[in-house]
Amino acid sequence: MTQPFRLPGVGRLDAGKPLAFTFDGKSYTGREGDTLASALLANGVHLVGRSFKYHRPRGFLSAGPEEPNALVGIHRDAARKTPNVRATVQELYDGLAAVSQNRWPSLAFDIGAISDLNAPLFSAGFYYKTFKWPRAAWDRLYEPAIRRAAGLGNAPDKPDPDHYANRFAHCDVLVIGAGPAGLAAALAACETGARVILADEQPVPGGRLRFEADARIEGKSGWDWAEETVARLAARDNVRVLTRTTGFGYYAQNMIGLVERVTDHLANPDPNAPRERLWQVRAKRVVLATGAIERHMVFPDNDRPGIMLASSARTYLNHFGVAVGNRIAVYAAEDSAYAAAIDLKKHGVGIAAIIDSRAAPESPAVEEARALGIDVLAGHAVIGTDGRLRVRRVHVAPISGGPHREFQVDALLTSSGWTPAVHLFSQSRGKLAFDEATQRFLPGLYVQDAVSVGSCNGTFDLASSVNEAFDAGAKVAKEAGFRKPRARQMEASSGTPWSIGMAGASPGVEPGTSKMAFVDFQNDVTAKDIRQAVREGMRSIEHVKRFTTTGMATDQGKTSNLHGLAIASQMLGKPIPEVGLTTFRPPYTPVTFGALVGHSRGRLFEPTRRTPTHDWAKAQGAVFEDVGQWKRARYFPQVGEDMHAAVARESRTVRETAGIFDASTLGKIEVVGPDAARFMELMYTNPWAKLGVGRCRYGIMLREDGFIYDDGVVGRIAEDRFHVTTTTGGAPRVLHHMEDYLQTEFPDLKVWLTSTSEQWAVIAVQGPRSREIIAPFVEGIDISDEAMPHMSVREGRVCGVPARLFRISFTGERGFEINVPADYGLSVWKSIWAEGQKHGACAYGTETMHVLRAEKGFIIVGQETDGTVTPDDAGLSWAIGRKKADFVGIRGLRRPDLVAEGRKQLVGLKTVDPQIVLDEGAQIVADPDQPVPMKMIGHVTSSYWSSNCGRSIALALIENGRARMGERLYVPMPDEMVEAEVTSTIFFDEKGERLHG
Amino acid sequence: MLLIHCPYCEEERPEAEFRHAGEAHIARPQNIAEISDEEFERYFFIRSNPKGLVFERWRHIHGCARFFNAARDTVSDRFLKTYKAGEPKPALDGEG
Amino acid sequence: MAETARRTFALEGRSYDGDGISLAPAGPASRISLRAPAESLAALSEALGLDLPVRPKASARKNARAALWLGPDEWLVIDEGGADLMAICARVAALHSAVDISHRNLAILVSGRRVEDVLNAACPQDLSVARFPVGAASRTVFGKAEIVLWRIGEDAFHVECWRSFADYVFGLLDAAGREAVR
Repeated sequence: MTQPFRLPGVGRLDAGKPLAFTFDGKSYTGREGDTLASALLANGVHLVGRSFKYHRPRGFLSAGPEEPNALVGIHRDAARKTPNVRATVQELYDGLAAVSQNRWPSLAFDIGAISDLNAPLFSAGFYYKTFKWPRAAWDRLYEPAIRRAAGLGNAPDKPDPDHYANRFAHCDVLVIGAGPAGLAAALAACETGARVILADEQPVPGGRLRFEADARIEGKSGWDWAEETVARLAARDNVRVLTRTTGFGYYAQNMIGLVERVTDHLANPDPNAPRERLWQVRAKRVVLATGAIERHMVFPDNDRPGIMLASSARTYLNHFGVAVGNRIAVYAAEDSAYAAAIDLKKHGVGIAAIIDSRAAPESPAVEEARALGIDVLAGHAVIGTDGRLRVRRVHVAPISGGPHREFQVDALLTSSGWTPAVHLFSQSRGKLAFDEATQRFLPGLYVQDAVSVGSCNGTFDLASSVNEAFDAGAKVAKEAGFRKPRARQMEASSGTPWSIGMAGASPGVEPGTSKMAFVDFQNDVTAKDIRQAVREGMRSIEHVKRFTTTGMATDQGKTSNLHGLAIASQMLGKPIPEVGLTTFRPPYTPVTFGALVGHSRGRLFEPTRRTPTHDWAKAQGAVFEDVGQWKRARYFPQVGEDMHAAVARESRTVRETAGIFDASTLGKIEVVGPDAARFMELMYTNPWAKLGVGRCRYGIMLREDGFIYDDGVVGRIAEDRFHVTTTTGGAPRVLHHMEDYLQTEFPDLKVWLTSTSEQWAVIAVQGPRSREIIAPFVEGIDISDEAMPHMSVREGRVCGVPARLFRISFTGERGFEINVPADYGLSVWKSIWAEGQKHGACAYGTETMHVLRAEKGFIIVGQETDGTVTPDDAGLSWAIGRKKADFVGIRGLRRPDLVAEGRKQLVGLKTVDPQIVLDEGAQIVADPDQPVPMKMIGHVTSSYWSSNCGRSIALALIENGRARMGERLYVPMPDEMVEAEVTSTIFFDEKGERLHG
Repeated sequence: MLLIHCPYCEEERPEAEFRHAGEAHIARPQNIAEISDEEFERYFFIRSNPKGLVFERWRHIHGCARFFNAARDTVSDRFLKTYKAGEPKPALDGEG
Repeated sequence: MAETARRTFALEGRSYDGDGISLAPAGPASRISLRAPAESLAALSEALGLDLPVRPKASARKNARAALWLGPDEWLVIDEGGADLMAICARVAALHSAVDISHRNLAILVSGRRVEDVLNAACPQDLSVARFPVGAASRTVFGKAEIVLWRIGEDAFHVECWRSFADYVFGLLDAAGREAVR
C-alpha cells in the first residue's frame, strides 16, 4: 500500500495524480504540494539522517525551515547535487531523488555510529582537548579524519549549471512573513495605496494557519481567509506577493535581502528561469511578521526518529493529511501541544497519553483532551525512550516521585513553548529585551524603521495578533507618506491558546545525570555539555556557544538557543539576560553562493572591453592579453611562430619598415577652458603655459607625496584645449584624481574635464616608412618633417573622417598616432593595414610595444614604478618644471627620504651572457659570495630578448644605480647566479636619430 | 548598501554610485612648496580616524560626479548630514 | 583619394524581443558633454534651441535633440539627427566646454511592460514612475558598468553607456530580459 499514513479526506492536498520520488534509491509516491518530509512521513519513513557527531539516527523534528535533523542531498543530475537541503522545506516534484547524508554504508546501518558508543570521548570541547599534539599530526591525520567523519553533505564537484538572478526593489512597506499577522499588516498597508511587498518562505502563505485548523478570522476558517486575502493582495497593482521567498538578512537603512527559490520545486524548470533570485529590497518601513518557533522538551533520549514538535505533527495532519504515527504520545509544558493530540484523536489516531510536566495545567484544551478520553498525566516527565531507528517506548514518571510507567508508541510529540523569531529584528541592530514574566526575548529598542507584529512580537493570541498587525500596517503606511485607512477591528479566534511554557532541561535531567538529553540536535549538544562548559569556566553564552558548538551550523540554533541559555543561566545562578543571547547574524537560513553571485559569472562576471579592431585582430590570429578589463592583442603569430619568434619578427619589422599598433585603450582626457594651461601646470610636473598650439609634451603626474602616479603625452589642441593621454590602466583614477583637485582644491579655475578614452580609436603607425603609409589617407595636414615635427599634433581628416593626428613615438622610430572617432577605427585600420602591406609593414601587439620601448629606456608606469618611485629615480628629473611655484607633489619631492642619498635609480642591465633573459622581479645583489640573507640592492623591472640589439636587455631599479655604470652585479636565481653589467637605460639608437630619419 | 543623500542631486541614492574619498576639511596649504616637513606630515599623512562623529569626503562618481562632504557616525554607521564641498563644517554632536 | 571610412557599430545586429521586454541598439546620434556655469546657460540654450534643464535628474527635449542634466554644471546633449553640436557650441561666446563624445557613448533602447524589472536586475535606483518619471535622466550603475538612464516613456528607457561596455550592458540586459517572467 502506498502512503499508508495519508488519511483520506484530510488535509489540503489534491489526491489526484501521485508524484513519484526516491529516497536513498527506494521509490515512493507523494502528492502535489507535499514537502519531501510530508511525503516520506506519508509513507511511514521517519529515519532520514544521522547526527553530526555521534551519528545517531534522526528523524524529522519540524515541518519547516527550523529543521535541524532532516538534511538530505537532492540530486537532479550529475551537476545538480545540492547538499544539506532541509527535507521539511524541499517541495516534492515528480522524479525527485533524495539521498541521506553523514552515514556509511547505509542509513540504517552506519559504521560511524560507533561514536555514539564512545560518546564520553567526544564531550564538549573535545576538539580543543584531544587533537593538540603532536602538532604535525593535525594537518596530516586529525583534520582529514575529522573532516571525513563529521560534516554534513558533500559539495557538488561540477560547475553549477543553473543561473541566478538579482533584483533591486523599492517599496513603502515590506512585510516579511505572510501568516495571519503579516497578511493583516499587508492588507492595511496596501489599502492606503502604499507600495507593498509581502514575502513568505512557504509556497503557500498562511503561517500558523497551516496547522491551526480551528482558527477563524472574519467569520471564515483561518485558512480560507488567508487564501482569499493573498488573492486580494496579489490582484492589486501596488502589491507584490513573493512566495518561496525568505527574508534572510536585514542590513543598514532598511535594506533587506530576500532569496526567492524559483525552480527548486519544479520537475522540469523552464531553462530560462533562474534557479533563485536575490531581492535587494529598500523599504521605507519594514513589518516583521516572522512568527515564532516551537521548542522541544529536553529529556533523555529525546532525539529518536518519531519524536517531533507538536505543531509540526499538526501541520502534517491538517495541511498535508499525514498522521505521523498510529499510536502517539505528547510530552509538553504548555497548552498548544494539546491541540495536536486533540486533532489527531479526532481523526482516529491513537493517543497513548499527554504527559505534562506542569503540576496542574489549567486550560480548556486540557478539559477537551480529557473529554476525548485522552490520558492526561500532569506533573509527569518523560525520563527515557527506547527504539533504535524509531521511538518505540516512552518511560514516564511522576516528577514528585512514584512508579514509572511505559507507553508503547510510534511517535512522541513535544513542546516546551514558543520562541519569537526575532532574528531579523536583531540583525537590524534592534535591542532585544528579556520579558521576565513570559521568559522570552522580545523586540525592545528599534534602530531602524521597522515594527514587529504577531507572535515574533510576543503576541501569541490570534485575535490580538491580527489586530496589532492591521494597526501597525496602517501606521507604517502613514509614516511612509500615505493616508491612514479607516480603523478596523478584525474578528479572529483560535481553538487552543499558546501558553508560556518553559526553557531549559526538563525535570529528570538535573546536573549530574549522564543521560543524553539533546539541546541542539544538529550539533549533538546535550544539556550535560552545556553544564560542562560552565563548569570549565565559560561564563558568557558566546563562550558556551563556541565551546560546545550549540547554536551553530545550518539551523543556527533556531530550536535550541533558548534552552542552552536557560541551562547555562541556571548553572551560573544568573538571570538569563545577564548570561546574554548570542548575536543573530545574516543569513536567517542558508543562502546559496549562486543567489549572492547572481548574474555575475562567466561573461557577465565583469565587463570585457574590446577595441574597435578586436575582431580584425582575432581574425588575424592575434593572441590577446588582459590589461585591466581590456583585451589587447599581445602578438600576431604567423604560421609556425611562437611568441618569441613573433615578437622578434614584429620588433625587427617596426624598425626596418613599419608596424601598426592599436593604442585605443590609452586613457584620454579632454581638458577644456580658459584656465586649462593653469590647471595642467598644477597637475603635472612639467611646464605647460608656453607649449604652443599643435605641440605635444610628455607629462608626469605625481601624487602629493612626490611619487609618480601616471604619465602620458599631452597635445595642445587650442589655447584652451588639451588632449591628455594616460596609461591604459590609469585612465579612471587619473580622471578621478584630476577632478578631486579641480573640484575641491582649485574650484575657481575655469576648466572642465571630459573622458574621451572611447571617443577615439588610436592607430599607431611607427617606423621609418610610417609617413609613406599614412600619407595617402591624410587630408588637410602637411605631414612633412618641417610642417609636422616630432611631438606635434594636427587636426584634419584621415580616410575622410575627422582625425587628430599626433607625431609621437613610443618606439624611438618616426611615428604617428591617428585618432579617429571610434566607430571609424576598424575601417581606418583596414585602410592603413592594406597600405602598410605594400611597404612590408606588420601589425604588432603589446609585447613588441614593450620590447621596443624598453630598447629606448621608456618607462611604463606600474612596471618601472610601484608607487615609491620619483621622477629623479626614474631618470626623468628633466620633466620637472624647475621654475614652477606649485604643482601636485612639489612639496613631497623635497621630503628628506626623497632627496636622500642611496635611492634606487633606474638603469639598464646587460647580462654578461647575452643569451640569458633575466626574470622580471628578480632581486639584485652586489656580492654573490656574501652570506644568506644577502643584501638586496634592487630588482629587475623589465626584461626582454631584443632582436634589434641581438641580445637580452633589462631595466632595473638599483641603489645609487647611476653611479654604478659599468659595475658588475649579480642576480641570484634558483639554479644559477647571473652576472650583469649596469648600463644606460637606452639600448638602441642612443642618440635618438631615428625619430626623424 | 547604504543610501547616501547627494547634496547636488538632492536625493538619496544607493551607495554603489558613490566612492569614499577620505577625511574632509583638510585643505591643501596655499604655500605648500614652503611648508616644513612637520607641516607636510600633518597635512598629508596624519588623519584623525575617531570613533563616532567623522567628517569625510565622498564623490557621487557614478551620479553627478561631484565631490561633497558628509558627517557620519562610525558607531551607528548613520549619515548625520551631507553638504556641498566648500561649505563650512557643520556643528554636530555624534549619536554617541 | 582613398574611400571614406565606414562606421562599425559596437552592437551591430544585436537585439532581443521577449515577453514584455525588447532591447534594440539606438541609431547613431551626435553627442556632446557640455559643461558650463549658470551664467552661460541662457546663451547655450538659445544656441541649442532648448532650455538646458537646471533641476537634478531633469531633461529637456526638442525634436531630435535632448539635453540631460547629469550634474550641476554638466549636460549630455544628444542629437538623433546628427547635427554638428560642436559647431553650434563653438559659436557661443559664453564660457563653456563642449567635447564631442558621439562615438564614446552609444544607446540601447529598452522597452516593454517589464522594463523596470529588467533594469532593476542590475541598477539599484528606484525606477518607479513616481520616483523616475518620464523625462527623468540620471547617471548610475548597471552591474559593473556605468550608464546614463533616460526614461523616454512609461515603458521605455534610453540606456547610454561607453562603447566598450556595450557588450556587457547589452548582455546583462539580455540575461535579465530572458528570465522567466515575474
